[in-house]
Amino acid sequence: MKKYLKSINLMELLRPIGQLVVFSLGSAAVLSVIVLALAFVLDYTIVGRTLFAQLKVSLFTYTIVNLPQVLIDGLTLGFVYATVALGYTMVYGVLEFINFAHSEIFAIGAFVGVEILIALQGAGILDHSSLFMSYVFLFLAMLAGMAVAGGAAVTMERVAYRPLRNAPRLVPLISAIGVSFFLQDSIRLVESLTTGQFNRIFPTFGNFDNRLVFGKLPMGTTEIPLGIPIKSVIVIIAALLMLIGLNYLVNATKVGKAIRSVAQDRSTASLMGINVNRIIAITFLVGGSLGGAAGLLYALKFTRIDPYVGFYPGLKAFTAAVLGGIGNITGALLGGIVLGMLETFAGAYLSAFTMGAAGSEYKDIFAFGILILVLIFRPNGLLGENVSQKA
Amino acid sequence: MLKRSFAVLALLVIASMILTACGSTGTTTGTQAAPAAASGNVIKIATQSPLSGDQSVVGADIKNGAQLALTQLSGPLTAMGFTVQLAPYDDMANPDTGVANAKQIVSDPSILCVVGHYNSGVQIPSSEVYHSAGLANVSPANTNPTVTTRGYPEINRIVGRDDVQGVVGADFAASKGMKSVYVIHDKTAYGQGIAEFFQKEAQAKGMQVLGFQGTEEKANFDPIITPIMAANPDAVYFGGMFSQAAVLFKQARDRGYNGMFLSDDGFDSSDAAKIAGQELLGGAGTFYSTVSGPASVYPDTAKFITDFKAAYNHDPQPFAAQSYDSMAICLAAIENAAKANNNQIPTRGQVASAVRALKDFKGITGTYNFNSIGDPTTSKYFVIQVKSADPTQWSSNTIVQTLDIAPPAPQQ
Amino acid sequence: MAGYSIKDLTKNIQRGVWPYVIMLTHVLVGTILVYLNPRSIIAFLILVTSFFSLYRLNADIRFKFVTGALLALVIMPVLGVRNIFYLEVIFQISVFSALALGLNIVVGFAGLLDLGYVAFYAVGAYLWAFFGSKQYYVLPYAPGTQPANLPFLLPGDMFYLFIFLGIIAAALTGILLGLPVLRVRGDYLAIVTLGFGEVIRVLAANLDKPLNFTNGPQGITPIQRPTMPQAAVDGFNAIFGRLVGHPADVASLYNVMFYLIALVVIIIIVMVTRRLEDSKIGRAWAAVREDETAAIAMGIPLVKMKLAAFAAGASFAGAMGVLLAASRTFISPESFSFMQSIGVLSMVILGGQGSIAGAILGAATVTILNLQILQGLSLYLSQLRQSNAVIPLINFAWKNLSPQLDPAQYQRMFFGLILILMMIFRPEGMIPAQRRKKKLASEAIPVEE
Repeated sequence: MKKYLKSINLMELLRPIGQLVVFSLGSAAVLSVIVLALAFVLDYTIVGRTLFAQLKVSLFTYTIVNLPQVLIDGLTLGFVYATVALGYTMVYGVLEFINFAHSEIFAIGAFVGVEILIALQGAGILDHSSLFMSYVFLFLAMLAGMAVAGGAAVTMERVAYRPLRNAPRLVPLISAIGVSFFLQDSIRLVESLTTGQFNRIFPTFGNFDNRLVFGKLPMGTTEIPLGIPIKSVIVIIAALLMLIGLNYLVNATKVGKAIRSVAQDRSTASLMGINVNRIIAITFLVGGSLGGAAGLLYALKFTRIDPYVGFYPGLKAFTAAVLGGIGNITGALLGGIVLGMLETFAGAYLSAFTMGAAGSEYKDIFAFGILILVLIFRPNGLLGENVSQKA
Repeated sequence: MLKRSFAVLALLVIASMILTACGSTGTTTGTQAAPAAASGNVIKIATQSPLSGDQSVVGADIKNGAQLALTQLSGPLTAMGFTVQLAPYDDMANPDTGVANAKQIVSDPSILCVVGHYNSGVQIPSSEVYHSAGLANVSPANTNPTVTTRGYPEINRIVGRDDVQGVVGADFAASKGMKSVYVIHDKTAYGQGIAEFFQKEAQAKGMQVLGFQGTEEKANFDPIITPIMAANPDAVYFGGMFSQAAVLFKQARDRGYNGMFLSDDGFDSSDAAKIAGQELLGGAGTFYSTVSGPASVYPDTAKFITDFKAAYNHDPQPFAAQSYDSMAICLAAIENAAKANNNQIPTRGQVASAVRALKDFKGITGTYNFNSIGDPTTSKYFVIQVKSADPTQWSSNTIVQTLDIAPPAPQQ
Repeated sequence: MAGYSIKDLTKNIQRGVWPYVIMLTHVLVGTILVYLNPRSIIAFLILVTSFFSLYRLNADIRFKFVTGALLALVIMPVLGVRNIFYLEVIFQISVFSALALGLNIVVGFAGLLDLGYVAFYAVGAYLWAFFGSKQYYVLPYAPGTQPANLPFLLPGDMFYLFIFLGIIAAALTGILLGLPVLRVRGDYLAIVTLGFGEVIRVLAANLDKPLNFTNGPQGITPIQRPTMPQAAVDGFNAIFGRLVGHPADVASLYNVMFYLIALVVIIIIVMVTRRLEDSKIGRAWAAVREDETAAIAMGIPLVKMKLAAFAAGASFAGAMGVLLAASRTFISPESFSFMQSIGVLSMVILGGQGSIAGAILGAATVTILNLQILQGLSLYLSQLRQSNAVIPLINFAWKNLSPQLDPAQYQRMFFGLILILMMIFRPEGMIPAQRRKKKLASEAIPVEE
C-alpha cells in the first residue's frame, strides 16, 4: 500500500482539473466567438433591424450583454451532464457495453435522497436546522442515494448482465433496455404504494435557492441581472470532487490498476490473479454510486423528479460520453461541458438570430448535429483513443 | 436444439394462456370471474388514458376520477337492476395502442360509453373507431378543435377548446393593462394549441408578443429564460401543464423576473405550489385560467377533492374533476336512454343521442349543454390568482375574473 | 412408456401423416373456436399460433402454402370483420412484422445497431401525410388557424404511387444519414442513429413555422385513403356476409385492404431478404457483421455494403409509413417516439437476429402481448376489484387491492422482465437464424472462473 501511495503524483491527481479548465475556457471561447461573429454580421441584415425594432438594442449588444449569463448556465448544465456521463463511461471503459439502465440508477439515487429529505422535513427537522446542518443533511441524503444506487447497479450486473458477458454485443444491450423498463416501473410501484403519487418534489430548505448576484448589465431600456444560484455552485463543486475522486481511484489505487487491466484484457487479467467478476462488480458499484449522486444533484437543481426522470439526462449524458470519447473519464466531462454549452447557446440565441422562426426547441437538434459532425472527423470522440475492434 | 426451442415456446404459450385465460373469462363471459355480474345485465363504461409511462401522472387520475364517479353515481342504474362496471384501458399515449383499444372497446357490446383520452393525438384516430361503431365518447381533456369540428354525433367534450381558453388568458392580460407578453408552450397539441390562440388574441388586443417558443424541456429552462429576461415582457404565458410551468416560473423568478405569470387549466394543481412555492407570489403574481372553480367557492368541487383524497390518497391532478364529470354524463345519459327503452339496456345509438340531449347537466366543474358538434355551449371560465405558497392552501386561491364564453359556432 | 421422451415425441409428430393432421386440426380448431366465441383471446391465440405449426411441421410445401394462404387471405379477414379488434391486431402484427423485417436487415444481417429506425417510418408517413392531405394549402397558416373547406392536394388513389415514393424517400434518407455516419463503429453508430431518430421527431414537431409543413404537435388530419369501390363492399358481403353475420361496413373493409397491402409488402420483403441473404451482398453483410477488419482485408467495400443495408432496411419502413398514414388518416409526432424504435428492435431480438421467421414471430409476440395479454390482465383485475370476490384461503377481498397495483400501469415492467429473461435464457431468439445458431453454440464457454 505504501508503495502505491508513494507513486501518487500530485500533478497526476490534479491533471483533470487542468484539462477541465482548458476545455471549459476553450469551448466557451470558441462558441462565444462564433455567436459574436454571427451577431456582428447579422446586425446589418433584417435580423438585426427586427431585434432593434423590438428591444431598441443592436443584435451585437444583445449578444454580448447576455453572454456571461449564458456561459454560466451552460457550464452548470455541462457539469450536470458530466456527472451522469461519468457512470456511463466507467462501465463502458471496462465492459465496452452501453449500460442503458444507468438513467434508472440515476433516478434511484434521486428518489432515495429526496425521500430521506422529505422524511426529515416531515419530522420538522429540516425547517429548523442551521445552515451548516442543512448542508450536512444534503450530504447524508446524497450518501444514502449513492449507497442504494450503487447497490442496485451491482445487483443489476449480477442478475442481468453477468450471465450474458460472452454473448454477442447486442444481447446485453437489449437486456439493459429491459432492466431500464423494469426499474422505471419498479420505482413507480414503490413510490405510488406509499403515497399514491409517484412524482416527488425536492423540499425547500437551507440556502440552496438563493442566488449569488454579481451585478446588473444595462441593455437598452432594461437591465440583465448576472448571477448564479447556490445550488449550481454545489453541483459544480460536487462534480469536480467526483472527477478527482474517480481519477484517483482509477489511476492511483490498486483497485484502479485492476480495473484498468480488466478493461484492457479480461482473460489476461484473470491469469494474473485478478478476480474479474469482483472488479466488474466494483466498477458497477462506483459507476452506480456516481449515478446516484448525480441523481440527487439533479433533483436539487431542477426540483421535480418522477420515475422516468432519468431518460433525457441519460440520453444527453450518453451523447456527452460519446462526444468526449466513451470510456475516457476526462472525455466524459469534456463532452458534458461541450454539450451543455452548446445547448444553452442554441437555446438562448437561436430565437434572436432567426427572428423567432426557430427557438430553443431546436437545441436538441444542435446537440445531436454536433455529435454527428464530431464523429465524422473524429470517429472515436474528442478524446477517444483509436481502439481496435474486439472480435 | 429443436427440443429446447419447443420447450421455450410451449412455456411462452402456456404463460400467455394462463394470463389470457383470466383475461378472457373476465371479458367474454364475465360470469365465473365476477360473480356479481350476471351477464346480460352488465353495463360497462370504458376509460382510455395513458396509465403507463411518463404521462400517466395525469392519465391515471383520469381513470381514478371516472372510477370515483362510477362508485358514487351509479346508484340509479343499479336500482334499475343493472350492474355497472368500469373497463379501464391504457392507451400508452400512443395512437396505435389507442386505436387497437378502441376496436377492442367497440367489440364488447356491453360497453355503452367511453370516457377518454388525454392526448389529442390519440383521441382523434381512436374516435374514428367510436364514430364508426356509434359509441358515445365524452372527452375530459382534449382541447384540440379537430376533436369536435369533424361533426361526429357521438364525440363530445366538456373542456373548453384551445381557441377559447387562449382567448380568455389574453383578454385577462389585456384587462390587467399588460403591454407585452412572452409566450411559451410545451410542444403538445394541448399546450401549443392554447398558446397559438393566446398569441393571436393578444396581438388583436394590441399587446406586443415579444417571443413565441415551444419546449419539451422539463427541468432546465435557463436557455429560455435568457431571451425572456432580455425582452423583459410584462407577462409570461405558459401553455401546458403545471409540471413544466411551475419549474419555469420558479427558475424565472429566481433569475429576477418581476412580471406576471399566466397559465392555463393545466396549471391547476397543488403540486404547482409544492414546486414553485414562494416564487408564485412574488412580482406581479401568478394567474391561471380554468373551467373548474376553486373548491372554496364551489362546495361540489370541495367534496370531490375530499372524496378523491380519501379514495386515492393524493390530490387530484388536472382533468380528474373533468373526468369525474364525463363519467357522470355517461351515467346520466345511459340512465335516460334506459328509461326511454322500457328499463332495458339501451343501444349505443340511444346512449349517444341521450348524451347530446342532456339539458343543463349539473356537474362539479360546471353546467353542461352540448351544441350540434359536441362542444359545451357555454363554458364558465375563471381566472384565478395563486394566493398561498402552501400546497395545502391551494383551494383558497381566489377568483379574479369570471367569463362565460361560447365556443365558435360550428362550421360544416 | 419408459424412455419415451419429448424428443421422441417431437420426432414422431414430424413423420408420415401426422404433420398434416396436426396442422389441419390446429387451423380448424382455431377457426371454429374464434368463430363461435369471437371475443375470446385464447381462441384467437390458438388461431394465430397455427401459423407457427405451419412453419414448424414437415409437410409438402404446396400444402403449407395453400393452407397458409387460406388462413391469411380468407379466414383471418372474415373472422376479423366479425370482430374488428382482431382485424386491428393482425393489421398491426403485419405492419410491425414488415418493420421488424426491415430492421432485421440492418441489425440482423449487417450487424449495425440502429436505435432510430422509426425515423424512416416517419419519413414515409409524413410524405403521404403532406401530399395526401390539405396540408399544402395550410402552409401559410399557424396550426389550428386555417380556414375550413380547403381542397385536397392530390386524389386519394395516388396512395399507391406514394408507396413507391415512400420507399425511395426513406431509402434516400437512409443513404443521406448513412454516408457520414457509417464510418463510425458499433456503439457510436447506435447513439448517432438514436440521435437521428430524435432529430426527425423534433423536426416533425417543429416544422410548423415559418412554413407549416407538419402542423406541429397538432398532427395532420384528414389524410386521404384510396377509394374503396362499392363493388368490393358488395362483393365481400355477397360471398362472406353470411359467415360474418352482419354486413361489413366500409371502415372495416378498409382495414382488410390495408392488412392485405401490408401482407403484400411482407411477402415482397421476405422474398427480397431471402434472395439477399444468400447472395454476394448477404455474404458481405455477414462478413461485416462478424469482423469488420477481416471483411475489409477480404476486399469487401465496407461503406457501400453498410449503405446498402441501411437503405434496404429504411425503404421498407418508408412503405409502411405511407400505409400507416393512410390507414390512420391522422399523423402526429407522438407515433414516432424512441419507444417505438425500441419496440421494433425488441421484436427483432426476441424473434432472433437475422432470422426472417423470427422477426415475424417477434412482431406477433410483442404486439399481442401489448395489445391483448397485458390489457386483458388489467381489465380482469379491475373487474375483480369491482366485484365481491374474495381470495379464499387468506380471506382477502379484491376490493381492498390498492388501485396502485393495477397491472395496466406497469406494462413496461412486464415488458422489461420478458426482455431480460429472454436474453438470459435464449439470447439467440425464439427462432434463431441458422448461421448465428452455429456461432453461438461454439461460443458457449463457461463464464465463471
